[in-house]
Amino acid sequence: MAVVADKPAVWCKGVVKTYGKGDAAVRALRGVDLEVHRGELLMLVGPSGCGKTTLISVIAGVLDRDGGECSVLGEDFRALGPAGTTRFRAKNVGFVFQAFNLIPTLTIADNVSVPLLINGVRRQEAHRAACEMLEKVGLGARTGELPNRLSGGQQQRVAIARALVHGPRLLVCDEPTSALDHATGGKVMELLAGVAKQGGLSLVVVTHDARIFEFADRIAEMDDGRIVRLSAGQSHKHAAAAPQQGAK
Amino acid sequence: MIRLALRMLLGDTSKLFGIVMGVTLASLVITQQGSIFVGIMSRTYAVVSDMGAPDIWVMDPKVQYIDDVKPLQDTELFRVRGVEGVAWAAPLYKGLTRARLEDGTFQNCVILGLEDSTLTGGPPRMLEGKVSDLRRADAVIVDQIGATTRFARRDADGRSTPLRVGDEMELNDRRAVVVGISGNTRSFQSQPLIYTTYSRATAFVPKERKLLSFVLVTAGEGVDPASLCRRISMETGLAAYTREEFKGKTVRYFLENTGIPINFGIAVGLGFFVGTVITGFMFFNFTMDNLRYFGTLKAMGAPGGRLLSMVVVQAVWVALVGYGMGVGLAALMGQLSKGSPLAFHMPWQLLVVSGLATLIISLTAAVVSMHKVLSLEPAAVFKG
Ligand SMILES: Nc1ncnc2c1ncn2[C@@H]1O[C@H](COP(=O)(O)OP(=O)(O)O)[C@@H](O)[C@H]1O
Ligand SMILES: [Mg+2]
Repeated sequence: MAVVADKPAVWCKGVVKTYGKGDAAVRALRGVDLEVHRGELLMLVGPSGCGKTTLISVIAGVLDRDGGECSVLGEDFRALGPAGTTRFRAKNVGFVFQAFNLIPTLTIADNVSVPLLINGVRRQEAHRAACEMLEKVGLGARTGELPNRLSGGQQQRVAIARALVHGPRLLVCDEPTSALDHATGGKVMELLAGVAKQGGLSLVVVTHDARIFEFADRIAEMDDGRIVRLSAGQSHKHAAAAPQQGAK
Repeated sequence: MIRLALRMLLGDTSKLFGIVMGVTLASLVITQQGSIFVGIMSRTYAVVSDMGAPDIWVMDPKVQYIDDVKPLQDTELFRVRGVEGVAWAAPLYKGLTRARLEDGTFQNCVILGLEDSTLTGGPPRMLEGKVSDLRRADAVIVDQIGATTRFARRDADGRSTPLRVGDEMELNDRRAVVVGISGNTRSFQSQPLIYTTYSRATAFVPKERKLLSFVLVTAGEGVDPASLCRRISMETGLAAYTREEFKGKTVRYFLENTGIPINFGIAVGLGFFVGTVITGFMFFNFTMDNLRYFGTLKAMGAPGGRLLSMVVVQAVWVALVGYGMGVGLAALMGQLSKGSPLAFHMPWQLLVVSGLATLIISLTAAVVSMHKVLSLEPAAVFKG
C-alpha cells in the first residue's frame, strides 16, 4: 500500500526528556513534535543548549525519551528494548560527529569497515566495501593511511563514508561542519547531501552554521526544548539535489 | 572486531609499553622469587633426591624430615626385610660429626654410612674415584662442594686448595682417607657430605646405643610402593614413605617451621600487588583515552558484549606478552646464576601459577575498564 511508503522516516509527538532530578533537573525536551520525511534532509537549528543534540540522540536511539511518542522507520525503541535498539542502530542508523570520532590507531579503511564488522560482515568483504565507499568520497587513494595524516575536511569525509558504508536509512549528524572552515564545510555538506539523495535516505543535520542552510530541504528551528518554526530550505537551488521529496 | 581491539592497543606504543611493563614486572618478580623459593625448598631434601635407589624410606614414626634422625634398633632392619613385597632393604646411617682437617681446623659435616656389602644409597655421580673404593681401609668419599669450600685448605697468602683424593682427615679421632669426590645437589644447610660404609660410620661417631637411621627399601617386581609402605608400617610399627612422600614431608616441615615461606610470600605478594596496581592504572588510563571510541562503537550499534570482548582481548594480549617477557627474563636470570650457589628451580607448576597470577592481574585491570565502558551512555558520544 502507498500508505507505507508515505510514512515518515521519523515521527515524534510530544517527546519529553529531562536530565537529572529535583532541583538539578534540566528539561532538555519539552514536547517535541517533528516529522522527517523519507529522503529528506532536515536541518535542526537553534541556540546552544536548546536541546538539539538531545533530540537527535532520542531519534537515533542512543538516548531513551521520558515521555511522548516516537517512531523511527516504523519502529518504537521502547517496544524494541535495549538490545533490539542496539541492533536497530547497527543496521539502520549512520552517525556523523562534530569531532569526527575516527579511531586514531586504525587506518581509514579499517575505520570505515567498523559498521560492517559490527553487522557481522567478514573482514575482507568489509574492507573491500570500505575502500569502495572511500572511493566515492574521493579518498580512494588513501585507504591505508591513519586519520591524523588527513586534513579536517578529509577526516570528515572518512566519517561520512563510515556513516554510509552499511547502507543505513537514517543519518544523524551533529554539527558536522563546525570544526571545518567555510569552504571545506561547504564541500563536506555537498557530499553529504549528494550521497544522501542518491541513496534515498533521510538526514537530520544539527547545525548553527547558517552558511550551509542552502543544502536543507527543510529547516526546523528549536528553542528551549521545542520546535518553534519549520521552514522550507533552499536545496532546490542546488544542481546536485535530486527531485524534491518529502514535501506533502 | 578482535583485530580492531588489538590494533587499538598496539597503535598507542607509549601506553602499551607502560601496560606491558607492569605485567612483565609482576610476572618477573613472581616467577623469579618463586623459582628461588622452589630451589631452596628442593635443597631441603637434597639427600633424599640424590639417593636414587630406594623406593621407600623406613624410619621412626616421630621423624619429621630428613635431618630429624631418630635412631632405630639394628634389629628393625630384619623385621623390614621380613615384610612381604620387600625385594631388599639396606641400612643407612645419617648423622653429624666433626672433621679435623690436616691443618688442624675443625669442620662440622654430615656423614652417611652405606650398607657395607652393597653400598646402597651411594652418591648420584662420582667426579673422582669409584664408589667401590669405599671398601678400602678408612675410606671416605667427600662431596665436591664441601671439598672446594669448607674442607678447602687456606694458605697463608689466602689461596685455597680443595681437598683432594689421597688427603686425610680425622673423624672422631679416627683416621679417614679421601678416596673419591662426588657430585651432589647443593643442600639447604650446605654442610659438607661424607660417604662411608655403615660399620665405619658408626665408628666415626660417638658410641650410642642405637645407630640405624633409616632403612632403604626396594619393592619387589610389580609391588605398588604405596601399598608396600602401608604394609611395612602395619607390620613393624615404623613409618614408611615413598621417596616423593618423604620429600614432601621434609618440605612441609620447612614450610611450617621456618620463616622462609613468609619471606618469599611477601616478595611474591608484593610483585603481584605492584604489578596489579601499575597494570591496572595504565590499562585504565588506556581505556579512558579510548572511551570516546568505545562510545562511538556503542552508538554505531556494537553490543556491550562485543565491547567487553574487545577489552578482554586487549587484557589477554597484555597478559600473554607480559608473561612471556617476565618468564623469559626470570629464566635468563636463572640461566646466568647457574653454577653459583643461588638456588633456582623453575618447574612447570610454578609457570602455571605465575601465568594464572599474570592473567588475574590483567583481567583485574580490565574489569575496572570494562565497568567504564559498559556504563558509558552511548549518547555521550555527541558531547564535545
Ligand atoms: N547528560 C546531561 N546531563 C545533564 N544535563 C544535560 C546533559 N546533556 C545535556 N544537558 C542539558 O540539556 C540541555 C540541552 O542540551 P543539548 O541537547 O546538548 O543542547 P544543544 O545540542 O542544543 O546545544 C542543556 O541545558 C544541557 O546543559
Ligand atoms: Mg549539541
